[in-house]
Amino acid sequence: MSILINKDTRVIVQGITGSQGAFHTNQMVEYGTNVVAGVVPGKGGLDLNGIPIYDTIHAALGETDANASVVFVPPAFASDALFEAFDTSLDLVVAITEGIPTHDMTKVNFSMPSHIRLLGPNCPGIITPGESKLGILPGNIFTPGPVGLVSRSGTLTYQIVSNLTNSNLGQTTAIGIGGDPIIGTNFINCLELFEADPDTKVVVMCGEIGGEDEEQAADFIKENMDTPVVGFIAGRTAPIGKRMGHAGAIVSGTGTGTAQSKIKALESAGVLVGQTPNDVTKHVQSLL
Amino acid sequence: MRLHEYQAKSIFADAGIPTPPSSLATSTKEVLDSLVDIGYPAVIKAQVHVGGRGKAGGISLVNNSDEAQSEAERIIGMDLKGYKVNEVLVESAVDFTDEIYLGVALDRSSGMPVVMVSSKGGIDIEQVASSTPEAISKTYVNPLLGLHNFQAVNAVNTAGVSSKLTLKVSNVLLSLYSIWESSDATEAEINPLMVTKNGDIFAADAVLNIEDDALFRQKHLADLKDTRNNSTLEAKADLYGFNYVRLDGNIGVIGNGAGLVMATLDLVDHYGGKPANFLDIGGGAKSDRVENALDILFNDENVDSILFNIFGGITRGDEVAQGINDALENFDILPKPIVVRLDGTNAKEGMEILNTDHLVIESTLESAVQRAILLASTKGGL
Repeated sequence: MSILINKDTRVIVQGITGSQGAFHTNQMVEYGTNVVAGVVPGKGGLDLNGIPIYDTIHAALGETDANASVVFVPPAFASDALFEAFDTSLDLVVAITEGIPTHDMTKVNFSMPSHIRLLGPNCPGIITPGESKLGILPGNIFTPGPVGLVSRSGTLTYQIVSNLTNSNLGQTTAIGIGGDPIIGTNFINCLELFEADPDTKVVVMCGEIGGEDEEQAADFIKENMDTPVVGFIAGRTAPIGKRMGHAGAIVSGTGTGTAQSKIKALESAGVLVGQTPNDVTKHVQSLL
Repeated sequence: MRLHEYQAKSIFADAGIPTPPSSLATSTKEVLDSLVDIGYPAVIKAQVHVGGRGKAGGISLVNNSDEAQSEAERIIGMDLKGYKVNEVLVESAVDFTDEIYLGVALDRSSGMPVVMVSSKGGIDIEQVASSTPEAISKTYVNPLLGLHNFQAVNAVNTAGVSSKLTLKVSNVLLSLYSIWESSDATEAEINPLMVTKNGDIFAADAVLNIEDDALFRQKHLADLKDTRNNSTLEAKADLYGFNYVRLDGNIGVIGNGAGLVMATLDLVDHYGGKPANFLDIGGGAKSDRVENALDILFNDENVDSILFNIFGGITRGDEVAQGINDALENFDILPKPIVVRLDGTNAKEGMEILNTDHLVIESTLESAVQRAILLASTKGGL
């Protein structure tokens, strides 16, 4: 089992002809993802390696039975692409685009229909090892197994997954939710799905400084989860008021959003928090 | 991107927000000339991107031309926390009875704009925010509709501003919100909005910070960027397009991906070292990016050793290795020891082609961090 995507997920790529869109579409197809269409306004009728391209998602849905989309549309046009996806029957929209203006995202966030799940933006995507990946995660470091993973960052996730895989600890599904201040799917949404997945025996949650999502997730874990959770928080040494790369990774002047507060909240919810990426592997091993 | 006070004030004034009579000056003569019209008492304020300008000696109240002359001479050209003062704003000193705080920002947990008002404005607003948060009224705004008139009135009323000022202040708040929205701001703030005994109001300070990701469609604001203080490593990193934060340790860190770089800094700390910086080189790590990143760390006198930590995802390890090789060819000698750790996609191929003559190679994150700390403690002597 897995969450959100599997081998039957049928994918549209919005922005399939851009360099990122084309490259990662090929990577996804190579991994086994069922990419059924691309969407680029003005390029309807063309194709990418045999994948038909349509002007709109509506047109693509007239010809295919897609149920998810991956968005590689550049920042200036990305919010429009998201509004377009919201206006359809798709279930899942994965926004890879980095650098969408936050003002646009407030409007996107406020317009989200209840039938759509948005992942991202500025995220690496989601992968169910051996079945399907939507996004830019490097497929070769993942392997099927009992660990569910949810993370705010990309390469840190790869580091932790790679450690797990090297220790023969495979994954049910791994999700990068993105490092922006406004994102669609959050930690709690993912934890809830992993809790309901009988094949996920342990969940790894990688957070970082900024915001209060990890603290809220800790409350959720305490109240609602039987599946054990292993945590990791990046940014313990980050100074106040300096943005550490991700738009959301900043400890505000009032001291909220610190790694210490997140670690404390998680530990009090019974989460085993690793001091180092290696500790995460050890904690997962101890729980299986 | 931060605007200077005088730039923000000019935008606020254009939107109809009352500001005190003022003038920008770059020399003592210009200060004295402008004071002929503005009159005394007046304030001279350094226009630099430094927090706590007042406490650092960058703001001065002057009552006559002698004081103006000596203070202008002192402030113009001074070094304020590493920034040279090129300009000052000369402004009429408002005789106020009350100070109001007005602010617009993004509330992260709700994903909504939030409008904040307090009748306890002034320099202690952060103290007010932490000790008596109820003294700041907060109104969450539907981003699709914007701030309603009634919400602005309600916010001002709730904050305890006197009724006779309600309309004046709420109109300023509506203008501030519309500036925040139309300029893709992260924060727009007036603190204080001064109230005189006659009931006039003036924005005595102005903050307007623009989101970097939106500058592509805010060209007139992007043009206001002050790039003169370019000597700092931060400014250089900004020019190269890196996410860079200078810290106070001696282990220079370069990595790909914000989360991984943060985790690397934490690991340096975990093993007893002190990181000198956060530097996210981003995806790709082509030779020019590697060279620029090394340039910054070589020029940081605090850095004793450099830790290069790359996890290849889509970025391939052999490409990164080639980037490092090419970049190193541009330096005759390496002034500081460099520890490289490559992992992930094509890491093995990368390790094979990496020119190891001048590099220390480690295969795990943990060993690389410990090696970098050791090399720093011996200043590269091992």
